[in-house]
Amino acid sequence: MSINKVVANADEAIKDIPDGATLMLGGFGLCGLPENCITALVKKGTTNLTCISNNAGVDDFGIGLMLHKRQLKKMIASYVGENAEFERQLLSGELEVDLIPQGTLATRCLIAGYGIPFVPVLAGVGTEVAEGKETVTRNGKEYLIEDAFDADFAIVKAWKGDTMGNLIYKDTARNFNPLMAMAGKITIAEVEELVQPGELDPNMIHTPGIYVHRIFEGKDYEKRIEQRTVRK
Amino acid sequence: MGLSKDQIAQRISKELKDGYYVNLGIGIPTLVVNYIPAGINVVFQSENGLLGMGPFPEEGKEDADLINAGKQTITTLPGSAIFDSAMSFGMIRAGKVHLTVLGAMEVADNGDIANWKIPNKMVKGMGGAMDLVAAAKNIIVAMQHTNPKGESKLLAKCSLPLTGIKCVTKVVTDLGVFEITPEGFRCIEHAPDVTIDEIKAKTAGRLVIADDVKPVAI
Repeated sequence: MSINKVVANADEAIKDIPDGATLMLGGFGLCGLPENCITALVKKGTTNLTCISNNAGVDDFGIGLMLHKRQLKKMIASYVGENAEFERQLLSGELEVDLIPQGTLATRCLIAGYGIPFVPVLAGVGTEVAEGKETVTRNGKEYLIEDAFDADFAIVKAWKGDTMGNLIYKDTARNFNPLMAMAGKITIAEVEELVQPGELDPNMIHTPGIYVHRIFEGKDYEKRIEQRTVRK
Repeated sequence: MGLSKDQIAQRISKELKDGYYVNLGIGIPTLVVNYIPAGINVVFQSENGLLGMGPFPEEGKEDADLINAGKQTITTLPGSAIFDSAMSFGMIRAGKVHLTVLGAMEVADNGDIANWKIPNKMVKGMGGAMDLVAAAKNIIVAMQHTNPKGESKLLAKCSLPLTGIKCVTKVVTDLGVFEITPEGFRCIEHAPDVTIDEIKAKTAGRLVIADDVKPVAI
């Protein structure tokens, strides 16, 4: 007997995400992206979204696809990089953008999943990131107070998962995924391989199923490579 | 003619010490891996969640799930470890990483650094740079001495939005090697074919020349 969190597919998993929701999307660059759910969100046309993700994909892949369809009201990220459309919407003011340090982004996910409301961090002290932020001083050092994220949904991608929602990630596709998995009010996990309880070694679980509400086996992963580099 | 990008990386590699854990930023810093001195064992940290970054994969062995912070396909090594982004910045914040090398648009003579944004013109984002410069004890900047317009990037005060304050320890440019001191940039080495006069002319911030200034050995 086990709790079963399996849904049929990405369309089913995201069907109740309303316009105006705040979403976390796992991944770093194009690595470890919940591709199936992004495709489903683009197809459904959910709008006015606030997205929390390290990057916004590239012009024609990942969150970049949602940017092109103007589905985002606000993007919270650490890196724009070479995403020209993201940079254009940011500079023109069409898109509200909150750029925050990458470690702060990760930690604000982490503490949400640990039930800690805020955390003092050094990153950003003395920069425009500090503007309007509460500070605290300890042992002569000033820290910014950073709040835990409050996300309606977290959408993550794992390598393997079981029907109870336990997840294992592969290589650097782990990145923000386990942190966001812990932080969503509702967490959706898409996995490359969905297995039965007992098939995953409990010692190897990265995200315990308690944090996951819906899980499905994704399909047709493109896993695009942003910078293909090989040994000369 | 100053140092090439590879020669800047080669000079920075001399700062590596046996047992160091090192984080390299995007651009010139990534070239440092090509010049690890013989007999020195170092571990490279990639802030997307990897310790023990290996070389690029062989053709056909690229894995989309295994990249570095510059989004390049890479490999692991025997003894590598994978972790999530919070732990990655946890080890940075806790001071476990011995050396950070990163690029910059501007550095001030008090150690301030700017490298993530040109207002109304260009926004790349800070990525992990703000976390790194806030926490790391030893931060070396690798960059060109002047911008494409020929203006000094070594300033009395940064004009661009800051990434971090009073954090840079050393700057290696195409013209030379500069320590950040209370007196400003202290030139300890110059590129072999670059004169001290040229360095003085191209440095806008406070500059002192070390008595024992010598050519960069490359």
